[in-house]
Amino acid sequence: MPCPPHLASSRRILSLWLPALAMDRWRLAMGEAGAALDAGPLVLIADTAHGPRIEALNGIAMQAGARSGTMLADARTLCPAIATAPADPAADLAFLEKLALWGRRWGPWSAMDAPDGLLIDVTAVPHLYGGEQHLLADVAKAFARRKLAVRAAIAPTAGAAWALSHHGPPNAIVGGAGSHVEEAIARALADLPVAALRLDQDVLTVLRRLGLKRLGELGTIGRDAIQRRFRNRKSPAANPLVRMDQLLGRVPEPLLPVVQQDMPLVQRRLMEPIRHRPLLDQVLGDLAADMVRELEGRGEGARRLEIGLWRVDGEVVVRRLELAAATREAAHICRLFSAKLDDVDAGFGIEMVRLRASWAEPLALEQGDIEAAAEAHGTSLAACIDRLTVRLGEKAVSRPVPFASHIPERAQRWQRPLDPEPASQGELAFHQRPLKLLDKAEKIAVLYATPDGYPKRFRWRGQVHEVARVEGPERIAPEWWRERGNARLRDYYRIEDDAGRRYWIYRLGIVGDGRGGLPDWYLQGLCA
Amino acid sequence: MTQPDLSSLPEAAIEDMATLCARRSARWWPGLAAQEGKALHSEVFVSSREAAGAGAALALALDDWRNTPRGETEEAEDRRGVLWVQTREAARLSGRPCRAGLPEDMRHRVIHVLAEKPEDALFALEEGLRCRDLAFVVGEVAGNPRSLDFTASRRLTLVSQKHGVPLFLVRLDARRDLSSARMRWEVTSTPSPAPRWNAQAPGAPAWQADLFRARGHRPGTWVLGDGGGVLVASRRTDQPEPAANQADPREQRLPFSSRARSAGSARSARAAQWPARGERG
Repeated sequence: MPCPPHLASSRRILSLWLPALAMDRWRLAMGEAGAALDAGPLVLIADTAHGPRIEALNGIAMQAGARSGTMLADARTLCPAIATAPADPAADLAFLEKLALWGRRWGPWSAMDAPDGLLIDVTAVPHLYGGEQHLLADVAKAFARRKLAVRAAIAPTAGAAWALSHHGPPNAIVGGAGSHVEEAIARALADLPVAALRLDQDVLTVLRRLGLKRLGELGTIGRDAIQRRFRNRKSPAANPLVRMDQLLGRVPEPLLPVVQQDMPLVQRRLMEPIRHRPLLDQVLGDLAADMVRELEGRGEGARRLEIGLWRVDGEVVVRRLELAAATREAAHICRLFSAKLDDVDAGFGIEMVRLRASWAEPLALEQGDIEAAAEAHGTSLAACIDRLTVRLGEKAVSRPVPFASHIPERAQRWQRPLDPEPASQGELAFHQRPLKLLDKAEKIAVLYATPDGYPKRFRWRGQVHEVARVEGPERIAPEWWRERGNARLRDYYRIEDDAGRRYWIYRLGIVGDGRGGLPDWYLQGLCA
Repeated sequence: MTQPDLSSLPEAAIEDMATLCARRSARWWPGLAAQEGKALHSEVFVSSREAAGAGAALALALDDWRNTPRGETEEAEDRRGVLWVQTREAARLSGRPCRAGLPEDMRHRVIHVLAEKPEDALFALEEGLRCRDLAFVVGEVAGNPRSLDFTASRRLTLVSQKHGVPLFLVRLDARRDLSSARMRWEVTSTPSPAPRWNAQAPGAPAWQADLFRARGHRPGTWVLGDGGGVLVASRRTDQPEPAANQADPREQRLPFSSRARSAGSARSARAAQWPARGERG
């Protein structure tokens, strides 16, 4: 949907590109120790299936002929003196995330442009710096102070700003107020290469073969021709027309802002290292009360809590607790943790205790004094399940849910008790099912008229049952898409013996099905 | 014997109803929960070779649950869950609950707990009884574990009374040991009524239930069955029917030793002062 031109024209987006992010970060992290290495050719490498590959490199290595993305062995043939250090893309991304938050000094809203860029909305901000030129100067100064290389550009759309920062002149500014923004962008960017459209490599190859090298040339062959060629490409990164429209501001381009979320964390530094459990319980109680206050202020409840115990000798003992539902009750937290802290070795003493809620969910404010209410009215289901799982283990408490399968033991799965039930088609209740299923069907010896007569008598767990009444068979074929080809079918019978006991038994296979000898009988379920 | 609370009845009906109730209250019958409240702690003794125990316990629990009047402040529709605790031994012997085989309105409610040891199972039962979001708790314990002694069962009874959550404890292959359960049943399967369309097929489940110990009720034997969503019970007619207004339950046929019988009489004497079963804590 085309967005109104006045909206597109009113926005100002600042795009920042850090061309040497990985290398700069490595230098900052190493400090003086890395200076000697950095004086010669240096590359950051990542291990791949075909050997180490160059991810980033410094200027000297670049002059020596190494390129990013080539194998280290190839670069060594050109320049045997290349020094290496491991690349760390995850840390680079985390660093970029921090930079995105830091970049809010120039605008109220910033987004990451992984792996090495930032987009900041600076609409209505530049006058605070005395104009856009001065804003860009401030950006350059701030990044220089942090020893990071940067290229910046300001444009009315994110696409145009990105194109300018990566492929345009340094500190480019495009468009101003007015209704001719689109023409202004198109004119300013006409000379940039098509790579400025943020397209995939294969699309760029296609465009190059078509002879379209500059953005301005895209308009010369007509929109219909490009539309026809790329009619199957829906994703923006594969369709130059969508990218062009985003760049000109004809279609909106949603960007995901970085939102800072800090976990509630409380800690106690202790004057004297503690070595005894009652003291630790006291500290835990204080921490839980602090945590509850912290959570209450945010209107949240904890789903996962981590307690860290720092010992005098530097060891850190961590215990983790997961709750069935968001909670904000100090007594409940203490009670659950006290079971987990039984095997903690205090050593020479614990000098710091830290409690962190690494997962919190919104929880409305409630009336206080819950624990006193629990004495009178009982606990809630979530608290009950928490207590059970802490003592009996995560697996012990579960809820049966249906699963799409005909095989009776697969037709039911066990999941955590408070998770929502998976969507299911509902059961086709043509046949009755037993009240209880044995964990593993037990083999029984059955007297029956071959090949497929009713069972007359059977022996189970050392006792003989005379079959009085039978219903069946209910034939359940094996799941051929999952099981081996020689899996046998099952004929289920609901039976009642002379004493009135009701069972659910099956015969595995029939005589002469070519999948084994005489069929075996199994008892799988006990009917009510 | 106990006298039911008659204050809620209209004046004119009191004469007839009082005698009727007094006569009938001597015996348990389905739907009793509507008048006397839920049976809070029941034990069901059963062989591990059949699922009759779990079936009958569920039927009794559902009967109480459906017939208990809803309070003013409670929600009109009960959406609480059901806790089903099994020891691993009990699960091995008699299997785990099968969702498709459960009664229709129980399927989405069941929360299953698998305990390794009987101690863990008792802990889980007690925590379940403390929980206000559970309609009732079903337990299955195999044999006579040392930890399930009179103290433990008394503890369960008290918790159940205090929080008003009924407990139905299925005892697989167990001796009739000491227990403070309010109602103790011995259940076996019995031939089911023939279905309408196929007389050769097993029908709706039926159990022979022997109430051998109850507080506030006279023991007896019933054939329990499913009558279209409600529990129906018929008295066994092959046993001598004691007079309905018999004063002393001690003359009832009791499969117990003389010591247990004297204990039973002491309890029934005490029951006269108590407001019958179903008192809330």
